[in-house]
Amino acid sequence: MGLNSYKFKLGLFFLFFVATFCVTPLIGSTHINLSNALAGGVNAPNNLDANILFQVRLPRILLGALTGAALSVAGAVFQALLRNDLAAPFTLGVSSGAALGAVLAIVLNINLSIMGFPVISFFSFVGAIGAIFLVFSLVRTRHGEFPTGILLLAGVTANFFFAAMVMFLHYIADFSQSFRIIRWLMGGLDITDYKTVFSIAPMVFIGMGLLGYVSRDLNLISTGVHSATSRGVNVPQVQKIGFITASLITGTVVSITGPIGFVGLIAPHIVRLFVGPDLRILIPASMFFGASFLVLCDTVARTIIAPTEIPVGIITAMIGGPFFVWLLKRKRAV
Amino acid sequence: MSPLLKIDRLKFAYDSKPLIKDINFSISNLEFVGLIGPNGSGKSTLLKLMGGILKCDQGQIDFKGNPINSIHKKELAQSLTWIPQDHPMVFPFTVQEIVMMGRHPYLTPLSFEADDDLQIVQEAMERTQTLQFSERYFNEISGGEKQRVMLASAIAQKPEIMLLDEPTSALDLKYQIQILNILKCLNEQNKITIVMALHDLNLASRYCQRLILLQDGDIVSDGAPNDVLQKEIIEKVYGVEVELQNHNGGILVHPVKEL
Repeated sequence: MGLNSYKFKLGLFFLFFVATFCVTPLIGSTHINLSNALAGGVNAPNNLDANILFQVRLPRILLGALTGAALSVAGAVFQALLRNDLAAPFTLGVSSGAALGAVLAIVLNINLSIMGFPVISFFSFVGAIGAIFLVFSLVRTRHGEFPTGILLLAGVTANFFFAAMVMFLHYIADFSQSFRIIRWLMGGLDITDYKTVFSIAPMVFIGMGLLGYVSRDLNLISTGVHSATSRGVNVPQVQKIGFITASLITGTVVSITGPIGFVGLIAPHIVRLFVGPDLRILIPASMFFGASFLVLCDTVARTIIAPTEIPVGIITAMIGGPFFVWLLKRKRAV
Repeated sequence: MSPLLKIDRLKFAYDSKPLIKDINFSISNLEFVGLIGPNGSGKSTLLKLMGGILKCDQGQIDFKGNPINSIHKKELAQSLTWIPQDHPMVFPFTVQEIVMMGRHPYLTPLSFEADDDLQIVQEAMERTQTLQFSERYFNEISGGEKQRVMLASAIAQKPEIMLLDEPTSALDLKYQIQILNILKCLNEQNKITIVMALHDLNLASRYCQRLILLQDGDIVSDGAPNDVLQKEIIEKVYGVEVELQNHNGGILVHPVKEL
């Protein structure tokens, strides 16, 4: 791939993101006066327009963009590492580990904040990390390489195991806890302030940067670990960096938003239809597209039966599924 | 001058099943070597060990006098390449993208291929007659075309030695000859040392200067094709009664019946 075509294609995805980011804050159940809002600025307690724009919509859009970007990049990397285009950020058990942590915090009725985070987020992050460690400790590396088939099995098993624990906790929970559990498991972007967004942003950006840095090595691994080795790729090292980093950025966003499904599976596929499987462009393009996709889905979730907001996880698959099928048919027909 | 590859008291086991048992031999510069032997005799494993893809349990493999596992992977890949037998591909890479991957050992992270990389890839594709379908998807070309594309990718790597695992298996007669002729040309004109595993003894005797016959992870015979392809040796190793025939300086092996 030449540098010019790279810049052009990535530029288009960047523009798509910018357009999404400029338009979606203006859409919502309440009409806002933009010039009034901008005149008010970020801190204007008496300016309703500014309040809605800067304190309600913008942080939510930022969280959506960050989450969509992280999940899509993680999805693209998992698909390449596992050489399986059905892989997703949640395949190896990260989200169900996070769910177990969150549900545990809800059932135990702990109400405090740990290191500035709500206890549910803290517990679910610990759950996500625990799941990563569990799955990778189950798998014995051979000559330093991860046997991807066994890794997939371990991940799927961990998913079922954690899901069973969640179901058990859900079963013994009382009525109000049960409602909170269901709401968390649906995933959503509604509990947001700038502090949360800015506290997870560094982790997500460093992770995505690291994955971008090893993207050409990941290309070779996606064609086979042995031939990658004979092309000079340090396979065990890149596998470790890839699996751990992608799991970490997934766990980071999921601990805040809950498991928002589908975007991490499908965004890399959609982007691949336009730019091909080269991860040097697939990773940054998935970042822009995943961010836009989730923000757009959330805009629909905020407005479709306004004033009621529905969890974005419902929208991603409901809109994304048919859209992907349509795109696939169209692209294959050409 | 030290040999290109020196294999010294090499042992390797997989799940405690010994696959390679105490093997010693050397590969000199510019040799054209065929590894032959029945299924499961250790040809593929030996090639992977020689390519630094598997690490040996005991013994040592030296590349140009240095232990192969002590050489930095990228540096090694600039001199040595290994080509697998089959090429399962999940993602829709184009033929050109696959060939370009051969340039990986020469590129730093985040850098893009320069014009001379493109030039090298172009030449490698001309060499292997793959240029005419360079924009097609690797998944959608035939087995013979895939093998030539992988060969082009290896050529683009500019190695001193190529290790090939059954480069002609699953190919029809024309493609078998085509691949072997390209390898012969690479050996003679580009001074690339070739070591390949082969099933077809007739082709092995016709193209290789030297054959190494393996059985159950041991070397049974090592030498010129005329010396290795002896009736008694083949019958013992393969368990098949054979008739041998001299033909244009090569040897034709006809299997007759199971022993």
